[in-house]
Amino acid sequence: MDKKSLNDKLVESDKTQKVDSERRDFLFMTTTGLALAGGAMAAWSMIDTMNPAKDVLALSSTEVDLSPIESGQSLTVMWRGKPIFIRHRTKDEIKQARNVLVDDLTHKSLDEERVKKPEWLVVVGVCTHLGCVPLGQKVGDEKGEFGGWFCPCHGSHYDTSGRIRKGPAPLNLDVPPYEFVSDEIIKIG
Amino acid sequence: MSTEKNELKGVTGWIDKRLPVFTFINHNLRDYPTPKNLSYFWNFGSLAGVTLVIMIVTGILLAMQYTANADLAFDSVERIMRDVNNGWLLRYIHMNGASMFFIVVYIHIFRGLYYGSFKAPREILWILGVLILLLMMATAFMGYVLPWGQMSFWGATVITNLFSAFPVIGDYIVTFLWGGFSVDNPTLTRFFVLHYLMPFLIVGVVALHIVALHQFGSNNPLGIDVKSEGDTIPFHPYYTVKDYFGLGVFLIIFFGLVFFAPNFLGHPDNYIPADPLVTPAHIVPEWYFLPFYAILRAVPDKLMGVILMFAAVMVLFVLPWLDTHKTRSAQFRPYYKQFFWLFFIDCLILGWVGSMPAEGIYVLISRIATGYYFLFFLVILPILSRYENTRTIPTSIAASVLSDKFVNEKTSTENI
Repeated sequence: MDKKSLNDKLVESDKTQKVDSERRDFLFMTTTGLALAGGAMAAWSMIDTMNPAKDVLALSSTEVDLSPIESGQSLTVMWRGKPIFIRHRTKDEIKQARNVLVDDLTHKSLDEERVKKPEWLVVVGVCTHLGCVPLGQKVGDEKGEFGGWFCPCHGSHYDTSGRIRKGPAPLNLDVPPYEFVSDEIIKIG
Repeated sequence: MSTEKNELKGVTGWIDKRLPVFTFINHNLRDYPTPKNLSYFWNFGSLAGVTLVIMIVTGILLAMQYTANADLAFDSVERIMRDVNNGWLLRYIHMNGASMFFIVVYIHIFRGLYYGSFKAPREILWILGVLILLLMMATAFMGYVLPWGQMSFWGATVITNLFSAFPVIGDYIVTFLWGGFSVDNPTLTRFFVLHYLMPFLIVGVVALHIVALHQFGSNNPLGIDVKSEGDTIPFHPYYTVKDYFGLGVFLIIFFGLVFFAPNFLGHPDNYIPADPLVTPAHIVPEWYFLPFYAILRAVPDKLMGVILMFAAVMVLFVLPWLDTHKTRSAQFRPYYKQFFWLFFIDCLILGWVGSMPAEGIYVLISRIATGYYFLFFLVILPILSRYENTRTIPTSIAASVLSDKFVNEKTSTENI
């Protein structure tokens, strides 16, 4: 059986029956438009289920007591499933971080802009290259050429302000939103 | 319009020459010649297909949030309901989607039964369909276990215990199914894996079902073969638009349930966490299993009950050889038509008694209804196949349509 001729006949019969093509186009456009809009909304509501759920968002802030951290010591806490590096910096380390020409930096940023109190540095402990956790928190860890952190994955060196100084990482270690709730307690997030 | 004139060009043509996807779509969804007299009962195949896709999409998204562990499953489902963005919608669509899937498929099956769509040359098409039904039943049953509520747990216990009816090997089978000595964590994890796997098997069988369908094309309300191209119209736009309209109506009903009565078809006990020490007073399966459940309970013997229940589905496999009457459509078979409707009502009655306690008058009703169920297939159909005389059958689909039109015009002039 020849399907083409069947189709052609129908086209012909459409012509002979004086189809109101404007009306037909209007119906076609409105139907398609509505279907696409409805489909898009349905699709979005489904895709949105993969976004962070309410219980995940509820864990978006964490409080840390800084009082047990002696000068020169570091503490790692979890915030949103990521390590947060808190370093109680020595005077030496602060000086090191501030005695740098900003123009020499890959990602230009003043140490003053990266801390709320000079002795406390709070950064997200995730290398900005490909997401590894840099070394330098524990005693005996390699801290890199600039006394901050060293990422063992691809050799990025961070200074005592968490800024990238050498290696493939493009940006400084991120400073999370945080505030001092009291003198010795910070709330991250 | 035509493939010859519209020789595919450009990128489309380049791809099509190497992988004829566009030709395939054209043959199966566009030019595909379809009987011109299909009624809305022919919508249910495509509706089932759409529902299967909805179930798979929502199911995959649910599986991303669900935890298949006896200690965590119930809470993970509650988390989906409360914390996951639109999680309630996702779960209610999936839950009610199962019911809608069965409604659509049952109508599809009764349609096939009424119009003789299972008869030569469509026997394999029919058998593949029954296979899909079986896979659906297994999938639905295991899916119902996953929320790990009281009904999940005790439904799983009762249904798996069916296999203990088999002599000698029964207990070994049940222990094997459970992966232990009761329904527990190993049972849940394997049910989850199988529940995720089986829909994809269904997709495979559906593909075969469609290949078998397109071999001879759709049956039609007259049950007569397509004889010339005058009997057919192209699938697109005539049946795409008809399917599309039907889909709209279907979705209104489906989402009416989802938004306004999402738990109407469920059982409240399943919102109680599974407790292996307490059986709920009145266990009922989901509504789509009720007719089979009624057959199970109608028989006083454990093994026979189980055998009859399975036989109630299995008998569909051999239907093409039980009803061998040459005429397909019940429209032209006065006796078959009556027995068919009686059978339809019988199935509804079985569903109703399945939801009632197994005592008193309900037992009697379920026995009579079970009796007729098998009588219809095993006795009435073979007898009718031999002795039933048919009414006059139109010579062709086109002839029937034209004469109808003629008759209508005549009556309308008479009215004037």
